[in-house]
This record gives sequence, C-alpha cells and structure tokens, in this order.
Amino acid sequence: MARLKTNLYDSSKCTACRGCFSACKDSNQLPAVFDHSYFGGPGNGTYDSKDGDTDANTYMMIRFNETEDPVDGVRWNFLKWQCMHCMDPECAKVCPKSAYTKLDWGATFHDEDKCIGCQYCVYACPFGIPKYRKRTDTITKCTLCYERVAEGLTPACARTCPTGAIKFGNRDELLEEARARVKYLRANGFPRATIYGETELGSGTNKLYILTDTPDKFGLPVKPQVEGNTIFWQNWVQPYAGWLIPLALGGSAISFVTSRLVANKNGGHAEGGHE
Amino acid sequence: MTNHMVDLKNTDVALIMGSNMAENHPIGMKWLGEGRRVRGTKIIHVDPRYTRTSVVADLYCPMRSGTDIAFLGGMVNYIIQNKLYHEEYVKAYTNATFLVADGFEFEDGLFSGYDTAKRSYNNSTWDYQYEEDGTTIKKDPTMSHPRCAFQLMAKHYLRYDIDSVVKICGTPKNKYLEVLKLYTSTGAPNKVGNIMYAMGITQHTVGSQNVKSFANVQMLLGNMGRPGGGINALRGENNVQGATDMALLFDWFPGYISHPTNANKDLLTFIKGVTPGSGKVPAAKGATTMAEWRAAVAAGIPNCNFRINMSKWIVSTLKAWWGDAATEENQFAYHYMPKRDAAKNYSHMSMFEAMYKGELDGLFVMGSNPVVGGPNANKEQAALTKLKWLVSCDLWLNETAEFWTYRAWERPHGGSAHVETFAPKDIQTEVFFLPACAVYEKEGTAAQTGRWVQYRWKGADEVGKSKSDLWIIDQLAKKIKELYKDSPREEDKPITQLTWGYGHGEEPEPINVGYEVSGYFVADKKPIAGGFANLKDDGSTACGVWIYCGQMGLNPDGSWLYKPMKRDNKDNSKAGLGLYSNWGWCWPVNRRIIYNRCSIKPDGITPWEGDADRVLIHWDPAVVSDPTKPEVVGAWVGDDVCDCTKTAPPEKAVPFLMRPEGYGCFFAAGASFKDGPFPEHYEPWESPVKNLMNSQPVNPATKIWEPDKLGASADYPYIGTTYRVVEHWQTGALTRTLPWLAELMPNMFVEISEELGAIKDIRNGDKVIVSTSRGDIEAVACVTKRIKPFIVNGEQYHMVGAIWQYGFKGYATGDPANRLTPHVGDANTMIPEYKAWLCNIRRA
Repeated sequence: MARLKTNLYDSSKCTACRGCFSACKDSNQLPAVFDHSYFGGPGNGTYDSKDGDTDANTYMMIRFNETEDPVDGVRWNFLKWQCMHCMDPECAKVCPKSAYTKLDWGATFHDEDKCIGCQYCVYACPFGIPKYRKRTDTITKCTLCYERVAEGLTPACARTCPTGAIKFGNRDELLEEARARVKYLRANGFPRATIYGETELGSGTNKLYILTDTPDKFGLPVKPQVEGNTIFWQNWVQPYAGWLIPLALGGSAISFVTSRLVANKNGGHAEGGHE
Repeated sequence: MTNHMVDLKNTDVALIMGSNMAENHPIGMKWLGEGRRVRGTKIIHVDPRYTRTSVVADLYCPMRSGTDIAFLGGMVNYIIQNKLYHEEYVKAYTNATFLVADGFEFEDGLFSGYDTAKRSYNNSTWDYQYEEDGTTIKKDPTMSHPRCAFQLMAKHYLRYDIDSVVKICGTPKNKYLEVLKLYTSTGAPNKVGNIMYAMGITQHTVGSQNVKSFANVQMLLGNMGRPGGGINALRGENNVQGATDMALLFDWFPGYISHPTNANKDLLTFIKGVTPGSGKVPAAKGATTMAEWRAAVAAGIPNCNFRINMSKWIVSTLKAWWGDAATEENQFAYHYMPKRDAAKNYSHMSMFEAMYKGELDGLFVMGSNPVVGGPNANKEQAALTKLKWLVSCDLWLNETAEFWTYRAWERPHGGSAHVETFAPKDIQTEVFFLPACAVYEKEGTAAQTGRWVQYRWKGADEVGKSKSDLWIIDQLAKKIKELYKDSPREEDKPITQLTWGYGHGEEPEPINVGYEVSGYFVADKKPIAGGFANLKDDGSTACGVWIYCGQMGLNPDGSWLYKPMKRDNKDNSKAGLGLYSNWGWCWPVNRRIIYNRCSIKPDGITPWEGDADRVLIHWDPAVVSDPTKPEVVGAWVGDDVCDCTKTAPPEKAVPFLMRPEGYGCFFAAGASFKDGPFPEHYEPWESPVKNLMNSQPVNPATKIWEPDKLGASADYPYIGTTYRVVEHWQTGALTRTLPWLAELMPNMFVEISEELGAIKDIRNGDKVIVSTSRGDIEAVACVTKRIKPFIVNGEQYHMVGAIWQYGFKGYATGDPANRLTPHVGDANTMIPEYKAWLCNIRRA
C-alpha cells in the first residue's frame, strides 16, 4: 500500500473566505445554483449557503456554526465540509455495482460510469455526504481531486487556501503536525481543541481536522456511527452474496421436494391427479 | 501604511480596529498568522460586530460605531496615568516636550478660534511658544511644564476615564480593560504593537481625528518607525494607494502637495504657501523671483525640514507636463494649471450636490459605481438625471451605466421616506458606455497598501473590444489635442502645449508613463536614477510625481531598469524581518518602513533594550557614504533606506522629516487638522445619545449639507452601519456578475441581533424594510448572535448592519444600502459618514 495522502484542515487558521468553495467548483466545473431562500431556515442566522449541506453541484463547502456560552461568549466555528474519505468506507460496502473503490493513496474514488443512481450509499454514509444528481442519474461527491493528485498537484481547495488552513500531504506527517498544533492550541486559549478523523469510525477517515472545540460545536457527529441495517447488509448480506444464490436455489429445491412429500403424505396426490 | 504587509509578522500585539481584515484583506491576514506561528503575536479586534476577523483574534472587544476617539482617548489616559509610555522614545522623537502657545485653549468641546457662523476654526493659536528669535521652539525636556504638549494632552484626556469611556462606547468594562492591558504592554522597549485600520475608522465625521488618535497611542508606546509597529491603513482596494499618490483627489497636487487655489496667483505664492516656515523668513517671504527663492532656501528655513525642497518637486512636475513650454520666464507654465476655487469643495459629495443643482454638464465615471457606492444614493441617482451626458467605463453595464432604466427606479412598497423617482422618458442624460478590460487583461503597475509598486504583466487577452484604462485615456487626450491643434488662443495652450506621448502608434506603453512619473534630466532624457534628491527647480529636471522619483533606474549597459518589475524573492534583512527590498520598488526611495530612525535609540548606536533584531538602521561614525565627498565621515547604514538625512549625525537626524518640526506630533500644530490639535469625542451626526464628553452634538467643523435630513432618534431609533463581505468586491459589479461568487452571497441582507429580532418580531429569512430620512430598502434579515445590543449610559441601543454591495444588476441582487446613508462627512477629507447613522426596521 502506498503512503497515505490526505487533507488537513485547521479550523483555528480558517477565516471562511470560501476560496476553497469556488476553487472546488472551478476545478470540477460545477455550475452555480442560486438559492434565493438564503438565510432561510430558523436558526440559520449565519452565512451558510445551501442550508449548510453539500449537494449535487457542490462537493464541498465551509459551514458556519454559531455558538454561545457564558464563558466563551459568541464563537463562530468554521468547518470545511465534504466527503471524509473514510478508511473503511461504508459507501463502497453497500454499492451493488462496486462503483466505489479505495485508491491505494487514500481517496475514496467513485466511478460515475458504474453508478446506477440507486442511492444506497446516500443512506449508508455516516456523514450523509453522497448526493444524487438527477440530470446524470448518478451520485456525486468530493473526489479528493484524484486526477490532480495523479498529476502530482495538490487538491484545488488546498492549493487556493490563503491562510494555510488547508494542507495536503502524507497522512502520517500531517497527523504529527496536527498533534503538535492541538497541544499548542490547548495551551493557548482552546482547552478543548482536538483532532478529528484519526480514529473516528474505528479506522479513521482520510480527511483530518484540527478543531478548536469539541466536534459537536462544529456540527460534526461526536461518535459517527454506521446504520444498523447497513451493518447487516455489509457484514452478512454482501460478503455472502455468492453463497446466497445457491443457498436460495437450494432452499427452493428443498421446499419443492418437501412440499411434494407433505402433499404425498397427505394423499393429495390421488386427489389432484394431473398425472 | 507606514510599514508593509510582510512586516505584520514582526508584531507582538496587533490591534485591528475599524477593519474586517480577515474578510477584506484575506491575503494580508496570512502575515499576521505567520507572526502568530513565529513569535506568538496576539491579535485584538475592536469592532461593533463579531466578524470573521473576530474569529481569528485572541481578543474581541465590541464598541459602538462612531466612538473610536472615546475608546482611544481612554487608552491615552490609561497609558499616561499608569506611566506605561516609552519615555525615552517620547522625549526624543515627539513634540511632547514642546511648549504650546498661551492662546491655545480648549473648553467644552471647542478649541480656541472657533467661528460658529462659518462652522470652522481660525487656527492661529494652535502654535508653539518660540524663543526670542521667533523660530526656535521652546521645550521642556522634563515634560513637566503645564504648557508642554505632553501635559496638555494628559489634561485633555483626563476626562476619558475608564468608566466614562465604557459608558460612551457601550463596551463591557472587563473587555475594555483586557484590551488596555494587552495593547499597552507594547510600551515596553522590547515590545512593538501594530495598529491596522480601514474604513471603519475613516468613514466618520471624525475620520481624520480617529487616525490621529492612533498616532497618539503609537507614539506614546514607542511603536512608530519600528518593524512590527506603525499605523497601517488597509486600503479598500489595491492601487487606491497609487491613486492617492498620483493625486486622484480634488485637493492634492501629485505627491501629497496641497493643490493650488485661485488665491495662488503665481508660482511663488503657491510655493510659499506649501513651504512651511517660509512666512517667518524675510528672504523667503519677500522673494519675488525664483532666483531669490533659491537663495532663501540655500540660506535655510527653520521649521520647514524636508519640505524646503517643495519648489523642486513642483517645478519638476510642471516641467514634466508642459516640457519646453515651461520656462523660468513663464513661471514654468504654472498659469496653465487649473486652480480650484478656495471657497469651494470638490469632493464626491460636493460634486453630486452641485450636479443635483444642475451645475455640471457631464460626468466621466471610471472604476466607480456611485448608484451603489455613493452616500445618499437616492439623491446621487437623481443627480445623474440632471447631466447632459454620462460616460461609464466599466467591465459590465453596472448600475450607474443603467441608472436611467425602469428597474433602476424601483423602490420598495410602503417606505416612509419621500424619494424622487423618474421614468426613462423623463431622463435626458445621454449615456455612453466604454467597455474596459479587467486587471488581468492589461499591463501596468499597482501600488499596494504597503506603498510597494509592483508591475503586473498581462495574464489573458481582453474580451471583445474592451480596452485598458490607459488606452482609453490616451485616446481621449489625443483626440482633444487634435481638436485644439490649430487653435491660436492663449487659453488653449494648456492643451496644445501639454506633453503627451506614451507609445508608438495607437498603443500606449505603461513603462513610458512610469518613466515620466519617475523623472528624467531634461538635457539628455536619462532617468533620474538617484531619486528626488537630484530634482532641481531651474527646469533642468522633469518628474511627474516626486515621491516616485527613482523608480526608473539604469542598467550597467545604459538601458532602463524599471524597478517595479524586480522580482528578487530574497529577504535582504539579516534578522529575517521580511523587507524584500529587491522585490518591486516602494516609495519613497525604496524605504520599506518609514520613520525608521526610531527603530534605534536616540544615540543611533544602541538598540532598544532587548530588541536588537528589529533595528533597521544605525549610525556608523566611520563610514564614508559618498566616495566623491571623502571629507564627510559618518552615515546611517542598515538593511533599510534611512528615513533621515544620510550623513546627519544622530543628534541632528530628525525622525519625522516631513513634519515642519521634524518630530512626531501629539499636539498637531497649525493647519494639520481643520478640527483641532487633539482628537475630541463627538457623536456621529445622527446618534441616539447625547455627547457625554462635551455639549457639542457633532464635530463642530464638519460641513452639513442637508440639515433637514437629520433623522431624529424618536423616528429612527436604531444605529445603522454598512460593511462588506469577502464574497463580494466593492459595489459588486465584478462579483455579482460571476456565478460562483454570486452563489455564495446571493441576496441583499441586513444583520440584526436576536434581541432586536424579538422586539420587532423579525425572524431569520424574513423580508424587512429599513428606513432613514433619505430612503428605504428591502432586504432579507439575518438574525444573529454575532450582533449584540450596546449598553450606552445605562440604556440599551440596537444596531442594524447592512451590506452595501448590492444593486439591481448581475446574479446577486438587492437594494443598495447607500440609499440610507447621509450626505455628511469628515471635516478634513470629506470622506462620507457611511458607518454610523440612524434608521428604523420593520417586517416588509
């Protein structure tokens, strides 16, 4: 396995200029979609666009989380929000067409040519990231700019970031950097600073975060979990799919024979008499 | 900026006040981040609202819009009362020790010399005490004389105690104390603090005095002229710096020289008027010829300092404009130059007031969009209808170019203010549109906020038939000259004899403009590579803008070396201060940090205690700086270009060369300001509260055009303010037409606190109407925790914050917030009061 490459997002350096948002749209040639119900929902007195979630034409965005408590006063927590590129991706497990593959350097790659738009992944993803795009009948999400990375470039978001909040590099090195940064932040006014993505979902995600506060203050699930029926599907149904077909065929054969036997035993044979 | 962008990383404490730096200067912000990383820089943000800058600050402190002088006056008082000032610095580099004339008085908000009828001051008493000779200023080195500038300042700000300040500003006392403690820690000799500001400071009736307050704080703490220090104006737009350098302001001659008025009948009167101290020297005062003037200058003019060279700069500029037609016999064609009427004001607001009265026939609008960006935009839009013609030069047909359309006159239903509207058939103004190309589609220089002049090469071809601004102006000048070329009339000579020629054929070349701006010797046309010290007032040199002199150098082979094109990405400072002196060029004379004489102790040899790394220049008593003058031993040397006479020994090397006194001024003598030598707190023109410091309701020297439009707090109880967002650029003409940016901020919105939302039953996303006595706008409400009511003198006051970047064109649209703002401005600069006014808000 190649050395893992990932993005590190440092919320303490982000100024929410949203340069990454536009760079992502530019790099992926995604259209602008105007939402004139801006500042729409109750409690959304902030600068979130698209109700704070990605959509078929928006692979990534900066989310604005306003919090207030008596000690810290008002805080405005910014979060870069996109596919987390999980180490053990649920989307790949549920996809019936194997459209998802985990690239050896860490990106969770989605092949739109294989995608049939069934949207199983939409429901399976613990972060609710994959979005259905009607006009192509496929799923879309952040690609970690795998084409740019293949050419030796950094992802568009990391390249455009003016404050150094988004970095791209080897995961082990970035993790070291994140640990040192969190240590510094904890000693300098952010006692609850933490790393996110290192161990979440057991094996971690291939997007790392430095958060200045607990994940819930950024709208992130503190303990992201996989849906129960996904576990059944991924752990039992999918791995044994090859067995199930003969098993089912065998089952119907047995059922046929046994029902015959039962019928014979009851003497139905004589009554039916199609022979 | 006295310092520059990269230098932000050298600061110990950064005070961002009246600026939303993270949003409006996102790239500059990274240097503060670098400071944090490298030396643990602390960032303080003082602002009426919690912004994206507050997020990255270590300390956020709210303050009611328009009360900066109270806030900073309190800081001055705190520094003096607690003896936190940098005493050695203050005594050596400022006028703290100077004695002030006995006639100078201050009482109840008024300085001596006020004329109520004219709303202006006679500043004759705003002066120093002089010795018998009439020119040597009396000083008290102990700073204890009751008439010394320091003691007068201490007395002036004694009233600004902490409790009074927080009552006025609506700032929580604990936050104010935190700011005072943290920022004044830079008074220690080994600490340097930096102040960054933008339009939140300047766009007030007391804008200039707000900046003066910064100067007082920075000089007390010993933060001027040192790396990581200074007062740093974050320009709202790249090359605004260049625009003011080139005198794109009505009252300036290029290079920050006061523009002549009709009172300056001849060249010498003009030169005398702008050369300080000349009135007290009989030889200078009585000079009737340039020769006599030169003799007087050679003999010396006390209290003039570097401005003694004024005649050289002015004559060189005239020589650049009128070439061979400018001779000593015809006063270097001074009579060709348009003079302004001394009694008139030609600022943006005055111009639109005159236009509204029908006094103007035509208007040329380049890179501006007053229908969105002008104050009192309803009136300014109506003023455009009185014009005979309007030329709009822009990338898009913006709101100003289309001010005559039906859509431009749509106003929200149910507004309370009476607003004039027009139908296209009633508008006789003929509108021309010239498509301009974008910044990336043309070449030329831009001067950024740190005074760095950088050449930019073309990145893409222009779209369609769009043209660069230079091409448009060049064509215009050529066509005008063509029309007049056969005119024998004397009054047409300013046009027929004007030098013009910046390229070959149709295409002007920016480098040729740069050459003229930099200056050349008339005899051989060689660039004046050595800078403005070589300029002469005898017609032998020509130079467009004296502060840019020397930006064109010479290569060893004799070819031009255009220094703004330099791209040496190596830091030349030994201590890693990030001077990058060979990257581009910066005025004056590539001096990266001005007043840098103060970066070292008065003896010129010893660094400030514990701060040896931030020394920019020092005195070397043994060096011979000019090989042609071996008798002159001793010079200032170091990483930066010294901001004092290079060979003047430390005791004679004054630190503030451009000041007549040569020192930093706590007491701003003479005509420095129109509204007083010390900043004093006055409420904004429209304010919900009474002035708690004195009985003056508003800055007494401010011009008020429309007294009848003063909104009463009974009708308009809320404080209104305007600002920008990072997603849009200025009036939005560039960004609201770009889908990806328009998508990010698609609607005009106003921000209010949850408390005001509850009072007015306004929820997030509701459409609201905001009203002032000037107009009404409709907007979407953003109800947020980031805006809080202010407790002023025990009462709660609410603020409505409006984004001013929307208009009716493009993808992201909305009513311009400037339909609400008043026609009133700063007493000195006439910058409009965009930041504090009164309004009302209700659900639409």
